[in-house]
Amino acid sequence: MTITVWLENAVQDAERRGLSALRPLLETLARSTSALRTGDWNFDASGELDELKGPDAR
Amino acid sequence: MPAEPRTITELARALQARELTAQAVTERCLTAIAEGNPSLNAFIRVLAGAAREQARRADAEMVAGRFRGPLHGVPVSLKDLIDLSGTTTTAASRVRQGHLATRDATVVTRLREAGAVLIGKTNLHEFALGTTNEDSAFGPARHPLDRSRSPGGSSGGSAVSVLADMAYASIGTDTGGSIRIPAAACGLVGLKPTIGEIPTDGVVPLSGTLDHVGPLCRSVEDARILYDVLRGAPTAQGMRPRDARGLRLGVLRDYFLALLDPQVGTSFESACARLREAGIELHDVAIPHAEDVAPIYLHIVLSEAAAYHAKTLESRADDYTANVRLRLEMGRYILAEDYVRALRGREVLMHEVDAALTGSDALLLPSVPIPAHKIGVTTVRLGGSDESVRNVTLRLTQLFNLTGHPAITVPCGSTPEGLPIGAQIVGYRSRTDALLEVARAVEPCLDPGTSP
Repeated sequence: MTITVWLENAVQDAERRGLSALRPLLETLARSTSALRTGDWNFDASGELDELKGPDAR
Repeated sequence: MPAEPRTITELARALQARELTAQAVTERCLTAIAEGNPSLNAFIRVLAGAAREQARRADAEMVAGRFRGPLHGVPVSLKDLIDLSGTTTTAASRVRQGHLATRDATVVTRLREAGAVLIGKTNLHEFALGTTNEDSAFGPARHPLDRSRSPGGSSGGSAVSVLADMAYASIGTDTGGSIRIPAAACGLVGLKPTIGEIPTDGVVPLSGTLDHVGPLCRSVEDARILYDVLRGAPTAQGMRPRDARGLRLGVLRDYFLALLDPQVGTSFESACARLREAGIELHDVAIPHAEDVAPIYLHIVLSEAAAYHAKTLESRADDYTANVRLRLEMGRYILAEDYVRALRGREVLMHEVDAALTGSDALLLPSVPIPAHKIGVTTVRLGGSDESVRNVTLRLTQLFNLTGHPAITVPCGSTPEGLPIGAQIVGYRSRTDALLEVARAVEPCLDPGTSP
């Protein structure tokens, strides 16, 4: 799921639950998740750059 | 007349020599609580009757020649997240109304066996989910040096209890910095041991894989005594002296010094200069993925906290303070794949801290980027931008909860207004004892600040 789709769904769900105050926190979380997903240590099932990404290689 | 003992080490000597009684010391702490607690709000519950009885028993044992060790007869407070049989563990939340602990947490059992006088349960940020102590069902704890300021959190009441002479030490918890942040803000020593060394059973969890139990106190030597008791090891008075000269410390720069209040920056550089003068070798080290620390931390702590609170968020949502409820709800939206990504990132950071330590006795960095802030303030101006107080206060401590390395804060100066500033020293995993030896050698080289 992309972060854009995730955020749309999360905000909709929060509003349905009467938690509209959650919106700015979810936007913060979306930025944080974006940063998390761009870490160069993330998994890559294609196997590309596995050696570089392994913690022991650091 | 001899000076009043300020540390456990000094007090233990006076108690053992029968220059003081545990009952007299306990009464002095109870008086300090009676006078200070109405304005400082450090304690949620004072255990005056039980403390007097424990002190009486301690004196009787010492008169009979049984000295249990350096905590015998010493008043200690407990963060109200830790179970004490027969009392409510409130976690500073209305959600816990009606709870009654039916047994002691293991750390409490060990404190009792060591002869400590358990004087009361201290205030905290609700369920330890916050760094200011402002979101508490019992109202905010206040800084003894300036009541308009926060003592830091989440173990804020614990730090206040020690700084205001209501206890000689307090037992807190640290999931992202909750021992080290208030200890630094209050000019105390605060120790987060290696992950897993101190049992957390009977302690309300925030994040099962990040939670640590540890002490807040007035000296590294006191921290060593409490650490030994909490981990169930034999305690001895006096630490093995280690010469500061020849120690090698790796200074974390870049990310770790990039966003500091100018007074904290000045104090830290002055601390580095003092350490060099004392013959300590300082060299720069780096954590290549330091910028990833906050996202990794957030995804782990909020996922784990949300899992623990899911049931009561459905059934008793209004019993949480508004901010804590929203942060917990935020965690319920984190995807499993992102939690697993964060666990992967955590492993990378563990290796990077290990690598940074290689060739050094310990790492050195500031404890908290800002001094104690005003209650009610949610952002601070740092480096030309407005930063969230929460993010800033966690910035230098949360890494070591993720990696499990032991970390200790010691005072290293104060602002012109007298607000304390702390330096953080980080050791090798499972070598908390070695970290304490380094900290003991470093402590007298630093400026203790002007606070009491």
